Amino acid sequence: MSHADLSLEGKVAIVTGGARGIGYAIASAMAANNANVVLVGRNKESLEQAATTLSKDTGVQVLTVDGDVGDSATAKAAVKTCFSTFKRLDITVNNAGVLEDGLIGMIADDVIDRTLATNTRGVINFTQASARLMERNGAGSIINITSIIGRFGNAGQLVYGASKAAVIGATKSAAKELAPKRIRVNGIAPGYINTDMIKHIDEDTDRERRASIGMGRIGEPEDIANLALFLASDMSSYITGQTIGVDGCMLV
Amino acid sequence: MEIADKIFEVFRETLQVSDDEPRDSIVYQETKNWDSIAHMTLVAGLEEAFDCMLDTDDILDMSSFNKAVEIMGKYQ
Repeated sequence: MSHADLSLEGKVAIVTGGARGIGYAIASAMAANNANVVLVGRNKESLEQAATTLSKDTGVQVLTVDGDVGDSATAKAAVKTCFSTFKRLDITVNNAGVLEDGLIGMIADDVIDRTLATNTRGVINFTQASARLMERNGAGSIINITSIIGRFGNAGQLVYGASKAAVIGATKSAAKELAPKRIRVNGIAPGYINTDMIKHIDEDTDRERRASIGMGRIGEPEDIANLALFLASDMSSYITGQTIGVDGCMLV
Repeated sequence: MEIADKIFEVFRETLQVSDDEPRDSIVYQETKNWDSIAHMTLVAGLEEAFDCMLDTDDILDMSSFNKAVEIMGKYQ
């Protein structure tokens, strides 16, 4: 292996929430480095659109599975798609997430359920399903997208913070259990990233958040994709159980 | 090869069950080597041998050799 071997030739990756934003950037990076990709998401139309574009741009096979990641049936369907089409799975990126802010005392039950189902249960569902097929290859890489809020917390983000902190715990536990099977599990904790998720944020808060970033710029989805590519590749073959911040030195 | 023999082959390889072990007495958590960690290796071996992916319910249900034969019948 050379010192810059990020090739994913012959490998297969699942990316949840892969139709847009960080997920799409990660799927693009995987596909550009020759991995075949299975995109998972709730919106069939946008998934298919993303798959067509990616496939046309890179020449790899890009398949789609539409469904809610909080439902274990979606994880099983995605892994079965990998099995029936490619007979293997090498990389799973648990990226799908939802963000709904709320002050303590004003958080509705359905917001709690929805956030934990997508952000936390989704990761567990895909870890369980993926590990079984990866075990058959004798290796694999699971990459969980958590958040700077899961590491440090933030006012107004009780549920989101809990859901993302749980992902960090799940990453550590899965890494320990799966290490003997050579399946690596790592987390990426993005800071303030330029995606649709932040579009609802008011101007003052947006300005304040940008000002708290040491490097003086908002993160781009490609900043996350670069680390995901490294963690997916054999370049990181001795790294597991870690959660790495990609936040330009943001303070929360 | 009969399905039971094919399955026994996987048990022998993954759990080191000996040929003279009575098949009726091969039971999860009782048979030597068949613990929760070995269970997933056994499942991987069965999936490989039958070129399939087991449902989670079937993995959890597979509590004995005889049960494995019953379950794997669905995946033939």
